[in-house]
Amino acid sequence: MTTVSMTVNGKPVSAETEDRTLLVYFLREQLRLTGTHIGCDTSQCGACVVHVDGKAVKSCSVFAVQTQGAQITTIEGLARDGKLHPVQEAFRDNHGLQCGFCTPGMIMTAVDMIRRKGVMDRATIRHELEGNICRCTGYHNIVSAIEDAAKRMTAGEKAA
Amino acid sequence: MITYPFNYKRASSVDEAVALLGAAPDGKLLAGGQTLIAAMKMRLANPSDLIDISGIRDLSYIRAGSNAIAIGAATTHYEVATSKDVVKAIPALAHVASVIGDPAVRYKGTLGGSVANNDPAADYPAAVLGLGATIKTNRRSIAADDFFQGMFTTALETGEIVTEISFPVPQKAAYKKFANPASRYAMAGVFVAKFPSGIRVAVTGAGPCVFRVPEMEAALAKSFAPDAIAGIAVDASGLNSDIHGSAEYRANLVAVMAKRAVAEVA
Repeated sequence: MTTVSMTVNGKPVSAETEDRTLLVYFLREQLRLTGTHIGCDTSQCGACVVHVDGKAVKSCSVFAVQTQGAQITTIEGLARDGKLHPVQEAFRDNHGLQCGFCTPGMIMTAVDMIRRKGVMDRATIRHELEGNICRCTGYHNIVSAIEDAAKRMTAGEKAA
Repeated sequence: MITYPFNYKRASSVDEAVALLGAAPDGKLLAGGQTLIAAMKMRLANPSDLIDISGIRDLSYIRAGSNAIAIGAATTHYEVATSKDVVKAIPALAHVASVIGDPAVRYKGTLGGSVANNDPAADYPAAVLGLGATIKTNRRSIAADDFFQGMFTTALETGEIVTEISFPVPQKAAYKKFANPASRYAMAGVFVAKFPSGIRVAVTGAGPCVFRVPEMEAALAKSFAPDAIAGIAVDASGLNSDIHGSAEYRANLVAVMAKRAVAEVA
């Protein structure tokens, strides 16, 4: 057992865990942050994407001990003061989800891609989504939501 | 999925990693973990110890020289794909890094990890062999032609760690792969490079290990154009056959990808 300490959604956390505990299980079962989902558990579907030190990674393919001291953001950490993150807002407005299972990973991936690429064409968004699978095949509105969110966030930066 | 139990240790230098590896009954190095952790979850791998080398700062760098680019083994695919130096000197190498897995995998996966693992369908071995790169370890330098020896098999000895790969800058180079639509691994990927000394053509994904195609290299040395290799049939014997495609299908893909790669830069 190892004591793992990290900052999750701005709060310092510390817990004893086995070295073999995957980050996704640490978040869900030890910290009770169940917004991060386990889909395929083979690093293909992207339902488990969280941000580790600002980068979108698949938390089913990282051991919790590897993130000792890291800054982690999960889907629960995106909203601020009761206000949804612009990407969450855009997913709601564009109906960017059907069953919703893939949505946390889609949104965490979208936040990362918008940070890197800003406003993108639809082909680029689809290419960037290659590590996230929606089993409802609701990609059309997911792409629309990300396109919309990127425009809103860029416009927000210009206004600010 | 839960792996077998193991002990996790973090190394802060190559020397420390070598010592930790030597002390472990069946230790494995952990860099990005994007292949190893998946294999451990499937219980295909059962190391006693994982020595995490991803935090060794001395292994993460990109140094551009006039004739070559040296990249530290723990440099991630994302860093290589977005490096201005790599994009400028060897755009085909940046392209190879940019088509490995998906964005989340590219943030974690490393050059050294990919090359040391030598998966038959990995992208990087095609670039390393295609460019005739030199693999540097904590003990010696190994030419790419001597490094890749077979499926998941390399010239690396016990306790030997890849520290850097040095890629000669070619006159022209291109990489084309036909990706498996689910896994993104190469069904067939062909890296073509043109140097003043000659042409190199390296193929990944099609066989049990990355390999060169001397007939194509000779033809392209005479005329660097897609038509020059149009008549060259790739022998299907020894190529991979699985649910995704037969050996004959892969042999045809190699010819098509090679022509596309040449067409891109000819």
